[in-house]
Amino acid sequence: MSQTIEQITLSVNGESMQVPAGTSLTGLVALMELDTRKLAVERNLEIVPRSQYGATVLQHGDALEIVHFVGGG
Amino acid sequence: MDGITQKAHAGDLGGWTVAGRNFASRLVVGTGKYKDLETTAEAIAQSGAEMVTVALRRVNVHDRNAPMLQDFVDPKRYTYLPNTAGCFTADEAVRTLRLAREAGGWNLVKLEVLGPPPTLYPDMAATLLAAEALIKDGFEVMVYCADDPVAAKRLEDMGCVAIMPLGAPIGSGLGVQNPVMIQTIIENAKVPVLVDAGVGTAWDAAYAMELGCDAVLVNSAIAMADDPVKMAVAMKHGVIAGRLAFEAGRIPRKSSASASSPMTGLIR
Repeated sequence: MSQTIEQITLSVNGESMQVPAGTSLTGLVALMELDTRKLAVERNLEIVPRSQYGATVLQHGDALEIVHFVGGG
Repeated sequence: MDGITQKAHAGDLGGWTVAGRNFASRLVVGTGKYKDLETTAEAIAQSGAEMVTVALRRVNVHDRNAPMLQDFVDPKRYTYLPNTAGCFTADEAVRTLRLAREAGGWNLVKLEVLGPPPTLYPDMAATLLAAEALIKDGFEVMVYCADDPVAAKRLEDMGCVAIMPLGAPIGSGLGVQNPVMIQTIIENAKVPVLVDAGVGTAWDAAYAMELGCDAVLVNSAIAMADDPVKMAVAMKHGVIAGRLAFEAGRIPRKSSASASSPMTGLIR
């Protein structure tokens, strides 16, 4: 028998993404293979300090902005 | 002209200072518009710049292995100056720079709130509001602004750490179109003044420095040149030449000739 893990839906940089319920922000950036040293995350318009990624459990419907530096003038 | 003379002497050997940070190079460069990150890295290294402007954008959700700016332009080697390009309101600018502060810990920022194309001219009403909000939030604001001495003074009085009027519209390469206004802003300012935008070639950067600017900010003129690395070197020398000429003090312009060789002791 297989156990179904409940999925939640997030908006990540404007795109819909499904992750298992209970995923933390640390889990999400690992899933996305991102280097946390080089980015900043906003969750529902509030900045999440890097030290809080592990403690931040994502909720269904969360809107995340994950940003980094690019070339600019 | 006293203000300018004093400023020149204060800045002579130690480069220039903004918000308590010293920079030997008076050239600040942007990191946008390059064809690739390798060229970005090489041009910036050759420019001798110590401060670079950067933008904050969403990470690419689909291409996670896309090269990152920080792997090519090391934030430990260069002072990152996050900008607010693409922000059209004070709220957007504050939101963007808070994220930049979280991403890199930088308080020193470049505020730019632009009007619509085709001029992309600084929107001064929105810029003043954003500057106020950012300063209140603890940011040290270097501000892109119109060549407007009244607005420039207001931004300085508000607490902006550097005033950065445009020489000409962003990316236009028209050079310094407003030398009188730029000079007026410099004479009135006690904080550094940088010409930001409009430089097309090394001569423009030299000219801006000859007017008495503390530094020049260049992006398109290097990034879009046929040979960006060579143009970066040219800009470096242009800025140095202009600064030295400013400090040396140019001769007055006159309408009559004055012989360079002695008129005595001629053979007969």
